[in-house]
Amino acid sequence: MPAEANRAVSERPRPEGTTEAVPGKTIGDYTHPDAVMSCRNVDVYYGDKQAVMDVSLDIGRNEVISMIGPSGCGKSTFLRCLNRMNDTIDIARVTGDITLDGENIYDKRLDVVQLRARVGMVFQKPNPFPKSIFENVAYGPRIHGMARDKTDLEEIVHESLERAGLLKEVKDRMDQPGTGLSGGQQQRLCIARAIAVNPEVVLMDEPCSALDPIATARIEDLIDELKQKYTIAIVTHSMQQAARVSQRTAYFHLGILVEVGTTDHIFTNPTHKLTEDYITGRFG
Amino acid sequence: MSSTNNAGGRPPVLEVVRASLPRRYRAEARFKAYGIIALVLAISFLGLLLTTIIGNGYTAFQQTYMKLEFNLDAETVDPQGDASEASLRAGNYLAVVRNALYGLFPEVTSRSDRRALNSLVSTGAMFELQNMVLDDPSLVGQTIELWVPADDDADMYRKGRITTEVPESERRLSDKQLGWLDALADQGRLELKFNTALFTNGDSRDPELAGILGAVKGSFFMLLVTLGLSFPIGIAAAVYLEEFAPKNRWTDLIEVNINNLAAVPSIVFGLLGLAVFLNFFGMPRSAPLVGGLVLTLMTLPTIIIASRAALKAVPPSIREAALGMGASKMQTTFHHVVPLAMPGMLTGTIIGMAQALGETAPLLMIGMVAFIVDVPQGFTDPSTALPVQIFLWADSPERAFVERTSAAIMVLLGFLLAMNLLAVFLRRKFERRW
Repeated sequence: MPAEANRAVSERPRPEGTTEAVPGKTIGDYTHPDAVMSCRNVDVYYGDKQAVMDVSLDIGRNEVISMIGPSGCGKSTFLRCLNRMNDTIDIARVTGDITLDGENIYDKRLDVVQLRARVGMVFQKPNPFPKSIFENVAYGPRIHGMARDKTDLEEIVHESLERAGLLKEVKDRMDQPGTGLSGGQQQRLCIARAIAVNPEVVLMDEPCSALDPIATARIEDLIDELKQKYTIAIVTHSMQQAARVSQRTAYFHLGILVEVGTTDHIFTNPTHKLTEDYITGRFG
Repeated sequence: MSSTNNAGGRPPVLEVVRASLPRRYRAEARFKAYGIIALVLAISFLGLLLTTIIGNGYTAFQQTYMKLEFNLDAETVDPQGDASEASLRAGNYLAVVRNALYGLFPEVTSRSDRRALNSLVSTGAMFELQNMVLDDPSLVGQTIELWVPADDDADMYRKGRITTEVPESERRLSDKQLGWLDALADQGRLELKFNTALFTNGDSRDPELAGILGAVKGSFFMLLVTLGLSFPIGIAAAVYLEEFAPKNRWTDLIEVNINNLAAVPSIVFGLLGLAVFLNFFGMPRSAPLVGGLVLTLMTLPTIIIASRAALKAVPPSIREAALGMGASKMQTTFHHVVPLAMPGMLTGTIIGMAQALGETAPLLMIGMVAFIVDVPQGFTDPSTALPVQIFLWADSPERAFVERTSAAIMVLLGFLLAMNLLAVFLRRKFERRW
């Protein structure tokens, strides 16, 4: 495995103009002084195919970090490692260390159910349950036994919908099916559902790719507000979105984390040729 | 524009397309015609089937009854003269019935003629009288007027299935008997009435007394056993295989075997039931319990396959959403996946049940083909089932069983139709969109 050979992580910047992505040789500082999650030398295999190669990255508290890159670059796969959603795929295999507050999330002793309560997820396509709006948001608190009684549960649901900016639109029809909302409302409902269990980190996998520009703008505003309370890792196809919502940006290419840095730096002064080509729209 | 496409001397695209259009439309019209022909054929076969069955069977819902005056004199009916149950039971009711007929035709005196006359009324008449007297002993000594079922041959004559065109020697009824029946009809003593016996009696050798209640109850008990076992087992197997089982060579093997099991001829399940349930476990012969067990084996693959298909059809995004919320596998499955798959599972189950209701062959092997007069009262009473009853009646030589066979088929088809409608209704009711 080439990734094994390159375990040693170098912080030496690549010479300018190179077009080669080397596993484990990420340009920029992938660490964060106040990291909630930190990943070291993560490899993901789908059967024989390696989808993520030797990625090391910290996710800082109350920051929005965006992951960009061309299709098939492994950014979604990497994101799904952070709450072990890859466990549901039989052929997927993850190696390396991923910690949440210093605990290895792939540790046998750590329960995956508990992990997912702490690391929530919002998916590409809005996927509310075919139940009422109230039930959608109440589901998480209910299965985790977070509400003391019915009024407490109602409070959690209202607060979550309020934070997701949806309460005003749906407060008169909480018993209507969540699937009857518009696409943008459905996605905000999914966000409300994710934050109802009060996670530390919210993972978003291209949350706006199925939405129109107005709904997208609302979600982006929402992400901006949510970062006060939560840490958000977002995968996006849209470079404008990454530039608008995130403080740090990571650029992936063919399973390799090529470059990471502050969003300003990545978008104004990329070091690697591939990063520059991508953000200037030469491919992707 | 077309000139630019004309490179290399090829005809312009527009012309090529236009030239090919009639051929395409002809092909489409031909295909539509084939479809319509197939549909018309299928519907006409179904129509033919239903017309034959209904045409043969509708008369079975009526039965010829004969109005006679029965003299229940104490000497004949209550031989011991104490009106006790034993005494009333021992009464000669056959004589009462015969005397009623002789009273109407005093001119009939010879033994053979009297026997011919007696055969016109059903043997059920004496049992009916006996029951009436046992219920109400005060009837002793009275003369009562009663409609009693006529014999099946008389019934056939009344319904026009026996005609005088056939020579007397090839007829079930002689010219004399026909004369008596005509005389009875002239006096208004013969009438077609609704055939209640068909729905309230068990099987009988006499067509006019034979009913489907025993078979219906047998089928009902059997389906109850089948449903009670195959629904939970089938759903549990399907949910485990689809949601929990690892995908490896063993589960592949199981899947292949389940699919094969669905294609095993049903008689083989009957043999298995005979060998395992009757011979090894020593369960009662001819019992709905064993029939239900055999049919469970037969419907399980159907239910498992249909339920797995229903589970597969639940979009993976629902599972991801629940798992992403921190629901355990079990919670994801039972809070979200199974409720969404339920309409499909129910439909599969009801289709399996309908299949089980119509199944005959395996029941023959476990003795449910026996001639059983008593209506079963429980799961271990000997009984038969509706399709087996149809088989038994179709096998009987009496002319009157032809229409009763068709009538039983109509009842069976009615049940099947009702079950399929229930399946459609349940699917509509529980279907949810996402």
